[in-house]
Amino acid sequence: MTQAGAILESAKQTPLALFCKASTAAAVLVSSASVSTAALAAVKDLPGGPGVNQLNLPEPITRIAAEQIWLHWFMMIICVVIFVAVFGVMFYSIWKHRKSVGHKAANFHESTAVEIAWTVIPFLIVIGMALPATKVLVASKDTTNADLTIKATGMQWKWGYEYIKGEGEGIGFVSTLDSTHRQMSNDGGPKKGQEIDNYLLKVDNPLVVPVNQKVRIITTANDVIHAFAVPAFGIKQDAIPGFVRDTWFRAEKTGDFYGQCQELCGKEHAYMPIHVKVVTAEQYSQWTDAKLKEAAAKADDPSKVWTQTDLVARGEKVYAANCAACHQANGKGAGPIKPLDGSAIVLDKDHLKQITVMLNGVNNGAMPAWKQLSDTDLAAVVTYTKNNWSNKTGQVVQPAEFVAARK
Amino acid sequence: MSAVLDHHDHAHDHDHHAPTGWRRWVYATNHKDIGTLYLLFAFTMLMVGGILAMGIRAELYQPGLQLVNPELFNQLTTMHGLIMVFGAIMPAFVGFANWMIPLQIGASDMAFARMNNFSFWLMIPAGLMLMLSFFMPGGAPAAGWTLYAPLTLQMGPSMDAGIFAMHILGASSIMGSINIIVTILNMRAPGMTLMKMPMFCWTWLITAYLLIAVMPVLAGAITMTLTDRHFGTSFFNPAGGGDPVMYQHIFWFFGHPEVYIMILPAFGIVSQIIPAFARKRLFGYASMVYATGSIAILSFVVWAHHMFTTGMPVTGQLFFMYSTMLIAIPTGVKVFNWIATMWKGSMTFETPMLFAVGFLFVFTMGGFTGLILSVAPIDIQLQDTYYVVAHFHYVLVAGSLYAMFAGYYYWCPKWTGVMYNETRGKIHFWWSLIAFNVTFFPMHFLGLAGMPRRYADYPMQFADFNAIASIGGFAFGLAQVYFFVFIVIPTMRGIGPKASASPWEGAEGLEWEVPSPAPFHTFETPPKLNANATKIVA
Repeated sequence: MTQAGAILESAKQTPLALFCKASTAAAVLVSSASVSTAALAAVKDLPGGPGVNQLNLPEPITRIAAEQIWLHWFMMIICVVIFVAVFGVMFYSIWKHRKSVGHKAANFHESTAVEIAWTVIPFLIVIGMALPATKVLVASKDTTNADLTIKATGMQWKWGYEYIKGEGEGIGFVSTLDSTHRQMSNDGGPKKGQEIDNYLLKVDNPLVVPVNQKVRIITTANDVIHAFAVPAFGIKQDAIPGFVRDTWFRAEKTGDFYGQCQELCGKEHAYMPIHVKVVTAEQYSQWTDAKLKEAAAKADDPSKVWTQTDLVARGEKVYAANCAACHQANGKGAGPIKPLDGSAIVLDKDHLKQITVMLNGVNNGAMPAWKQLSDTDLAAVVTYTKNNWSNKTGQVVQPAEFVAARK
Repeated sequence: MSAVLDHHDHAHDHDHHAPTGWRRWVYATNHKDIGTLYLLFAFTMLMVGGILAMGIRAELYQPGLQLVNPELFNQLTTMHGLIMVFGAIMPAFVGFANWMIPLQIGASDMAFARMNNFSFWLMIPAGLMLMLSFFMPGGAPAAGWTLYAPLTLQMGPSMDAGIFAMHILGASSIMGSINIIVTILNMRAPGMTLMKMPMFCWTWLITAYLLIAVMPVLAGAITMTLTDRHFGTSFFNPAGGGDPVMYQHIFWFFGHPEVYIMILPAFGIVSQIIPAFARKRLFGYASMVYATGSIAILSFVVWAHHMFTTGMPVTGQLFFMYSTMLIAIPTGVKVFNWIATMWKGSMTFETPMLFAVGFLFVFTMGGFTGLILSVAPIDIQLQDTYYVVAHFHYVLVAGSLYAMFAGYYYWCPKWTGVMYNETRGKIHFWWSLIAFNVTFFPMHFLGLAGMPRRYADYPMQFADFNAIASIGGFAFGLAQVYFFVFIVIPTMRGIGPKASASPWEGAEGLEWEVPSPAPFHTFETPPKLNANATKIVA
């Protein structure tokens, strides 16, 4: 019952679904008779994902997907008409020109006119097919002027997303199939009564994009070839290791849309789905803010108060990575490089003197500015220099002082 | 027929003793024996590939993993493809060529009899190596039959066995092709001009050139894969600056002509059978020859339509879209010619004709889905989905395999001397036709709905069509067991009504001028032919 209903639902989405009506009815009959599927009858269409016994391409969410559907119907109708015409002739011949009805064989075996006609006419039909196809193809390849650029990296077997340009720049996360679904698959699939509409399509972190904006997806891969595909958007682009390729979409509706990896990538090929959440511009801004704050929160909190030991320990690493090349590990400098061991600025009780040097540099950049380092790293390295070698000042510089000094 | 036998004078009698026992087959240099060997080998591989397909369909019968793990599933799909393409379809057509080409052109045997033996016996170790790779550490190759880099670099040692097997099979194909080309070009009976040659010989002549052109390309691609795997080269390994897309270009430069290698001989067989049962000459013989040639030439410039989603420049996509669409034209010409041959004929529908008409009807559906797939924007949606699986099974099973069934029923009386059981033949046809469509028609819907191919498990919405396809698949597999046990074996054992030299009322050609079963040696002296080169004149 639900199955039949679902099919009619999805059939309404396409104006020419009448073509498929007979086969749909047959499919429903056969499938309701099949034992295996009786238990699964409760599954419903997944909006933005596959429908139950869906017969055609999914409901289009982008202009390109809509044009693909139009092209597909255009091609289908021409092909079906030719097929019916050609095989109508064949079956008429089979019916009339049988030996058993007493038909005597004619003797003709060539006709230049006819043969030219059935070479030239198909050629014209093919040109007629190629013209609209060219138009859609050219439009679908234009990835310029994107509002938002996201890099999708295929990995065995998950997707990594990085927001490269546009609102939300800097966000990055990995999207993996829900582990309960993977386990369920190993256990023989959903059991009787389990209605899982998004079976194998549920991920931990969906890709979030704003509605009505041109989103450019850059694909690449870490290991083997994968393919990033979302049927409702009409996109599919191989993600190839060592290569950067791109595709784009402009979703015209909000909602959840699903796809799956479409290039054989090893044993878990079936288990790396794609879930794209299309949201309004406001929701998107909220999401990016929250996501960026979350990322910042994971980083060091500059208001944290550190102990001297912790800061010195961390400062030693920062020093080794950034300072030791010039000032030397022993802090004595070399040639024109000033020593830090015993330096008046370092030993000064006024922290601000050294903080200013760190943030702005001195001597026309001979000592460069280090403001690209985090407040915590800067506080750590300053504390380290104030308490290492012969500098035993006991002074502790907290990240908060750098926060204040930057203002 | 006595006319033929009369050609042998008694001085040649010492040639007539046929070797017996195992020596007859291992040392075989007779084209008919080698043809039989090829056909039996191909049928064995068809069954092996079929068992793998049954494993795939059983796993996909319902969502979830019940029978195999995903790794084994990938091995099944990979080996099903490799075994069916390289083990079943290609050798079977070589078997047909061995049996029929010398008989059709009035030659005494193939040009290089010992090379013919070698090219067959090479297939045995290659076939064994492919099958036994399942038992190697890590299991059989699981990178898909296309063996895309860099996934092949992750495969276990069985990948090397697979590559070696393909090298051997390629060498065998090249030798077979050389043999066929030389035989056709040099050994035709006087009066058998090229443009009087039966269509089956024409299609094989063109196919043989395709094979010689592209099998070395495949060998190159898989050899580069081999050196990437073991000798530190980086042809396709992106970690060393290699180009995995280049692999696809090289592979499909082989792979697309390969598609026509598997279908042109089928066109040839159908072009023999339809005129025979329409009791009317083939319509547009010359245009059939030109169409076959056009398809072969076009097949070299369409390969990247397998790669529309790799991210080609738009001009590249347009070129490959247009060139692919052009193939519809010569293919259409062939279909029109076959129907025009039937038009106003006097048709009967014995099993060969049923399979030929079934071929025409179902293959054309596969042709139309091919045209739809050639449109790049649509292909973006359908690439690597079940739509593609449906498409190539419509052209390879309903195309190549049906034509071979048709060919078996048509020439079986010549091979065995007895007629097959007509009722059983008709059962085999209808059973296969219905089961085939039940299996593969729903796959179009699965593909349109977005179900990717090579998936061991799938969202629950795809469950019903998968269940239907699985049931159809089992029925189709069983039909072929029925075919072998109840039709092929009885004819091989000589059970059935004795066949005359020319058992088909409308069949023309030199093969029907020799007795049934065809004697061990035929046309030892070149026959004198009539003006059409279809009959021997005393």
